[in-house]
Amino acid sequence: MKNAKGTVIKYKDNVDTDVIIPARYLNSSDPKELAAHCMEDIDKDFVNNVKPGDIIVAGKNFGCGSSREHAPIAIKACGVSCVIAETFARIFYRNSINIGLPIIECPEAAKAIDAGDEVEIDFDSGLIKDITKNTEYKGQPFPAFMQKIIDCEGLVNYINSGK
Amino acid sequence: MGMTMTQKILAAHAGLEYVEAGQLIEADLDLVLGNDITSPVAIHEIEKMKVEGVFDKDKIALVPDHFVPNKDIKSAQHCKCVREFAMKNNITNYFEVGQMGIEHALLPEKGLTVAGDVIIGADSHTCTYGAVGAFSTGVGSTDMAAGMATGKAWFKVPGAIKFVLKNKPAKWISGKDIILHIIGMIGVDGALYKSMEFVGDGISYLTMDDRFTIANMAIEAGGKNGIFPVDDLCLEYIRQHSNREPVVYSADEDAVYDQTIEIDLSSLKPTVAYPHLPENTKTIDEAVKDDIVIDQVVIGSCTNGRMDDLRIAAKILKGKQVAKGIRLIVIPGTQQIYLNAIKEGLVQTFVECGGVVSTPTCGPCLGGYMGILAENERCVSTTNRNFVGRMGHITSEIYLASPAVAAASAITGKLTGPENI
Repeated sequence: MKNAKGTVIKYKDNVDTDVIIPARYLNSSDPKELAAHCMEDIDKDFVNNVKPGDIIVAGKNFGCGSSREHAPIAIKACGVSCVIAETFARIFYRNSINIGLPIIECPEAAKAIDAGDEVEIDFDSGLIKDITKNTEYKGQPFPAFMQKIIDCEGLVNYINSGK
Repeated sequence: MGMTMTQKILAAHAGLEYVEAGQLIEADLDLVLGNDITSPVAIHEIEKMKVEGVFDKDKIALVPDHFVPNKDIKSAQHCKCVREFAMKNNITNYFEVGQMGIEHALLPEKGLTVAGDVIIGADSHTCTYGAVGAFSTGVGSTDMAAGMATGKAWFKVPGAIKFVLKNKPAKWISGKDIILHIIGMIGVDGALYKSMEFVGDGISYLTMDDRFTIANMAIEAGGKNGIFPVDDLCLEYIRQHSNREPVVYSADEDAVYDQTIEIDLSSLKPTVAYPHLPENTKTIDEAVKDDIVIDQVVIGSCTNGRMDDLRIAAKILKGKQVAKGIRLIVIPGTQQIYLNAIKEGLVQTFVECGGVVSTPTCGPCLGGYMGILAENERCVSTTNRNFVGRMGHITSEIYLASPAVAAASAITGKLTGPENI
């Protein structure tokens, strides 16, 4: 799996899927349309500032609330290469794996990394490197089963591959 | 080492004698659910899979409920997509607008969820069916697609928190007050990845509607599922609604729990969750001191749109008037509940007191339509989430409460307890 590298955009605890993509836009399932409204209820500048490869770092329970897969779809379609959080809400965690948005749990990294830092993540080892601060953190690598789904770039391809 | 109730259901559906927390398993599914928001994404995914049709046309439920009757052209397109998929695949349990209801009120009523089932739904409140002793959990659209195609889903076997509910609930205490109290205590991630297993003598005092409300909001504590033991009341409910045979599982005596929490139901007070998280709870006697002036009251949703909820609200509202300038919106959970509410005179009460009664829909709960809030407006709502912007403008505020508190607040125009009416 390819490493992620980019600049950090930081959020606090309990970022819910209603703010990641508000329900008023759920009458569409087009990734581009969803991406245009990503995070707008907590950070209206996000869509203007986000660059391909950027990394979201957040606190506890990221992605709590609704099961809308539109949330990780919107984040991925914005070009975000990875989300690091202290913890993820479980449905968001599943959905991210299933649609191929790389995410990684690491409380230490999520606390220490600041907005604007350059960060690189090696998914095979779970190693998170803060290039700006010259620090390293060990994130939770995926269990082998989930790694297979991610290697296939999502659940649909995994099922199609007959593995 | 014994298994929890949830672990026993999962083991049986994975063809295993024994499972433990953290184990990855693949389980057979008894039901796969989707609605008008999540199903179109799932249908798009299943079309990419190398499969012919669905695994079992009788074990899929498609319930357009969030934005129906269609609120705009785009939602009409989504519903059309779901309808066409249902017709093409001859899905038995597709519910058109005249037969429908809010999915989690509808499926138990239709007898599609029984004790011992493993159910996934592309809606986070799928955990509701733990009230009938099923393992049920919310997933996303891709999981729904895989479930529809293969009849299976992967799970990480959850650990559990045991909630021992003791004694007879105090006056006015409903399922909503109990679950808000619990979320206030453990926080919105207090049960993250875990089962919430409810036990104790207090359960015998809870109606099925109370139990649905409690299981429904397990997700608001981060829980994977919430589950109740199957007692006589539960079996009677299943017999009345389903011709399927329930399978009753109970936790082993030596089951391992991460935590055990005892709650004395007789000491609880009506509880309200302040913006913008369900864990920001206050008891009503404290909340009234804040003098929260409101604009709207919503009584409905998959959490509190059932007969018990409408009855208690109507009892409080009967012969009274909604305060001037307050919008009271009542949304029965299903067409059957709507009909029963008409027969019992509840709808008449709601209209006479100055409220409106909508056809079943999730509508305002997620800020879809049928009661969107303007800038700085406040709503007392029996729904399940009070996140920023959930019901409308990002400066609007939602106070989550029981139907009794909501009804009382509609009369005074302020956050009010039922004792004060």
